[in-house]
Amino acid sequence: MKLTLKIWRQKDSKAKGEFKTYPLEGVEGDMSFLEMLDVLNEGLINKGEEPVVFDHDCREGICGTCSLQINGEPHGPDRLITTCQLHMRMFNDGDTIVIEPFRAKAFPVIKDLVVDRSSFDRIQQAGGFISVNTSGNTIDANAIPVNKHDADESFNSATCIGCGACVAACKNASAMLFTSAKVSQFALLPQGRIEATERVLNMVAQMDKEGFGNCSNTGACEIECPKGISLENIARMNREYLKASIKG
Amino acid sequence: MAILSSTIARKVAMALSGLFLIVFLTQHFIINFSAVFGPDTFNAWSDFMGGNPIVQFIFQPILIFGVLFHFVMGIYLEIKNNNARQIKYKSFKGNRNSTWASRNMIISGAVILAFLGLHFYDFWFPEIMYKYIESNPTDTVRYYPELVHKFASPIRTGLYCLSFVLLALHLWHGFSSSFQSMGWSNKYSRGLRAFTQFYAIFIPLGFIFIAIYLHFNQIH
Repeated sequence: MKLTLKIWRQKDSKAKGEFKTYPLEGVEGDMSFLEMLDVLNEGLINKGEEPVVFDHDCREGICGTCSLQINGEPHGPDRLITTCQLHMRMFNDGDTIVIEPFRAKAFPVIKDLVVDRSSFDRIQQAGGFISVNTSGNTIDANAIPVNKHDADESFNSATCIGCGACVAACKNASAMLFTSAKVSQFALLPQGRIEATERVLNMVAQMDKEGFGNCSNTGACEIECPKGISLENIARMNREYLKASIKG
Repeated sequence: MAILSSTIARKVAMALSGLFLIVFLTQHFIINFSAVFGPDTFNAWSDFMGGNPIVQFIFQPILIFGVLFHFVMGIYLEIKNNNARQIKYKSFKGNRNSTWASRNMIISGAVILAFLGLHFYDFWFPEIMYKYIESNPTDTVRYYPELVHKFASPIRTGLYCLSFVLLALHLWHGFSSSFQSMGWSNKYSRGLRAFTQFYAIFIPLGFIFIAIYLHFNQIH
């Protein structure tokens, strides 16, 4: 497969970036998208050029490290997968592929295609936890009865890997899907109810402070999310937030 | 008062003001639709709405505030949202994951706002002039001929119809979205969504029907 890649290159966070065009040959359909970039980088290194910097870690769709806006969609044209799970068979010989970093004010570019997603960490740190004493006498989680439906829903919310595709897909660069998944996974369980009020208020306050946009319910985040996190989480977070605001 | 500056509170404020405007739109539609059946009911209801002090001096200012709030907040949110992504994508395939109506509420909203300008010029300003500035004597049967004559012009009728198409798009996303913003998500959500989409088509289509009907049924 012969491809033309248009890739965003940016020296560092301060530099002004630009698109550079790279022709690439010998791409196999069975390669993952990241393996294709590895091939490109090998060629660039052999030519003495600076390789394209991109995020990756587990390469099996569970760590949330890989990102990339590929031909106008986060994680590319396929559904329910991350970039590392995207196969080159999704593209055709002769295609031009535009590769950009996830764009948001709250996700500043560090270099090339790598963005700083520590704003997500700070939202999580603002309340995405439960306070449990783990010093020696940990209570068995199964000792607390949990409704099966709620447990399943909580697990669904907890599958969010925090990759940031929701922000990248949203026309407003809103982080509501991520934040709502992190609020929901605890809000649905009895263990999470104890700190529910402070959690939602603090996490939403941190989300706003980071400079993400407002959700306008387009639903793009849900479609592009590699883990299929549902918009119902956003409705649940809105409900939790209103309840918490009234309660104080 | 952190709640007032939070994104969720703003979403809820947009939702509530939008729902309030939908209630108004419904009663406006019912009154206008009565004009299809002749002048009597339309004149009677218009006279009540135009003369009742509670409607004129309590509901009307609340409505004007509701309209102003909805569009000022809408523009403010649009600016904030644009700032949240300062460097735009070279390639952004919004139509692969969302509807045109949901992504372009600011465009449909701007057309509706422009339409409101025309609508005020056509009906509201002449009405205020007639009643409160020129202090004309009460005439309970003037409303129907005024309405019908406004739709004599094919350009005006066309502009009204175009605006109602954009209103349909605005309602298609906005009405169901308002419930999501307020945290409504339960076993009735699907039914409610179907109702909001029916409303989004039916009411603007009804307004288009009224405009075209009056255009072709002029009083000579």
